Amino acid sequence: MSGAAPDRCDVEEDARSPIARLDPRTRLLATIGFVGSVLALDSLALRIAALAVAGGLILLARLPLVGLRHRLFHVEGFLLLLLAFLPFTTPGAPLFAIGPFAASEAGLLHAVTLAVTINACTLAVFGLLGGLQPVQLGHAAARLGAPPKLVHLFLFLVRYVGLFRSEAERLLDAMRARGFVPRSTRHGWRSLGNLAGMLLVRSLERAERVDEAMRCRGFSGRLPLLPGSRFGQADLAFGAAALVLLAATLVADRLA
Amino acid sequence: MAHIPDGVLSMPVLVGGGIVAAIGTAIALRRLDERTIPRAAIMAAGFFAVSLVAVPVGPSSVHLLMAGLMGLVIGVVAIPAVLVGLLLQAVLFGFGGLTTLGVNTANIALPGVLLAALFAPVIARAPANRAGLLGGLCGALSVAATGGGVALALALSDSTYVPSAKIILATYVPLMIGEGIITGFAIAFLKRVKPELLDIGWRHRAAEG
Repeated sequence: MSGAAPDRCDVEEDARSPIARLDPRTRLLATIGFVGSVLALDSLALRIAALAVAGGLILLARLPLVGLRHRLFHVEGFLLLLLAFLPFTTPGAPLFAIGPFAASEAGLLHAVTLAVTINACTLAVFGLLGGLQPVQLGHAAARLGAPPKLVHLFLFLVRYVGLFRSEAERLLDAMRARGFVPRSTRHGWRSLGNLAGMLLVRSLERAERVDEAMRCRGFSGRLPLLPGSRFGQADLAFGAAALVLLAATLVADRLA
Repeated sequence: MAHIPDGVLSMPVLVGGGIVAAIGTAIALRRLDERTIPRAAIMAAGFFAVSLVAVPVGPSSVHLLMAGLMGLVIGVVAIPAVLVGLLLQAVLFGFGGLTTLGVNTANIALPGVLLAALFAPVIARAPANRAGLLGGLCGALSVAATGGGVALALALSDSTYVPSAKIILATYVPLMIGEGIITGFAIAFLKRVKPELLDIGWRHRAAEG
C-alpha cells in the first residue's frame, strides 16, 4: 500500500501541453482572474459560456482525465443536498410539485446557476493548475509576493504529508498483521487514538532531526527559489488574451 | 465535510472569512521565526496524515478534521497550517475552492485554536485520563463549532440555504463523536508518552504567565 504514492516533490511537470509551457505565475493569476470573474457574472448564459471555456482549458492542458473524474464525482454530500433543496426552499411561481412540496422556477434556476458555477470553477482550477507540481505552485506564489513563511509552510507540507501518510499506512499494516480490525469499539478507537498520537510523536522527532540538519547547513530562514520559470512571449500572449476575454465578458454582463 | 467550493457563498461572507483567516495567519506567522518554522510545518504535515486515516463510527467511517488536536499541540500556528493544507487540497484534488480558502480556514482552524486556548492550560496540569477526557471534549466541541460555522456561512449567504444548512449541521454529529473519541485517546497517549509535545504551541503563554 505504501510506496505507491507519487512523489509530490517533483519540480517539473511531464506533460508538454500549451498550458504546461506557461509560467506557473501566469497560470496562477489567470486562475484567480477566471474564478473571480465567473463569480461576478449575473447572466446564466455567460456562466455557461465560462463553463465551456473551462472545458476547453482542460482539453488544452491534455491532462489525464482520470483525475478530472475524481474531482467532478467528488461532489460533497452537502452540495447535493443544497442543490436538491434549492428549488423547494426558494419562494416563487410553482413549476412542479413532489407531494406537498412545490418547486419554484426561481429556485430551479438558482440550482442550475450554482451547479454551472461550481463546475466552471473546478474545471478551470484543474485545467490551469492541475498539471502543476505543488512545489512549482509554492515557488510561483513566493515570486508573486506571498509571505515567505507561509510559502515555507506550504513546501514543507508538500514534502512531509506524503511521507507521514506512508508512515501511517506502515503502522496500520503492522496493526493489521497483529489481527487489528478497525471497528467502533473502545479497543478500536483506543488503538486508532494511539496511532494518531504515535504519528505525532514521530513527526515531532522527524521535525527535530530536520531542524538540526537544516541549522547544521546554515539555514537562515530563506529557501532559494527555483530558477527556470520565466515570463515569456507565450505568457504575454496568454495573459493578454485572458485579460481581454475576462474584461469583455464582464462588460457584456453589465450591459445585458 | 467542511470544504465549501467556489460559487456557493456571497461576496460579504467570502470577504469576512478572508479577513478573519488573514488576521489569524498574520498573528501566527509573527510568532514563528526561521528556527521554529520547519518544526511547525513538519508537525502540520503529521496532522494531515492523521486526518487521512478513516475512523469507524457506527456503521460508517469518517475522516477527522484534527482541528482540536492541532490547536492543543501547535496553538495558533494551526491557522496558517490549515490554510496551506486547504490550498494543497484545492489544487491537487479539487476539494474546496480558491475564493473560499479564507472562509474554510476560519471554519476549520479557528474553533480548534480558540477552544485549545481555553483547554490547554487545564490539560497541561491534568493527569493522563482526565487530560484525555478534556482533550476529547475540546475536539468534539471544535467540530461542532466548525459545523456551526459552515451552516452560518451558508445561511448568511442566502436565506434559501437555511433549510439545507440545518440538515448539514446534523450531519456533523458522527464526525463530532469520532473526532472527540480519537482526540481524547490521542491526548491521553501523548500525556503518557511525550507530555512536552502538548505544550509546544502554548509554551510562550506559560512563560509569560
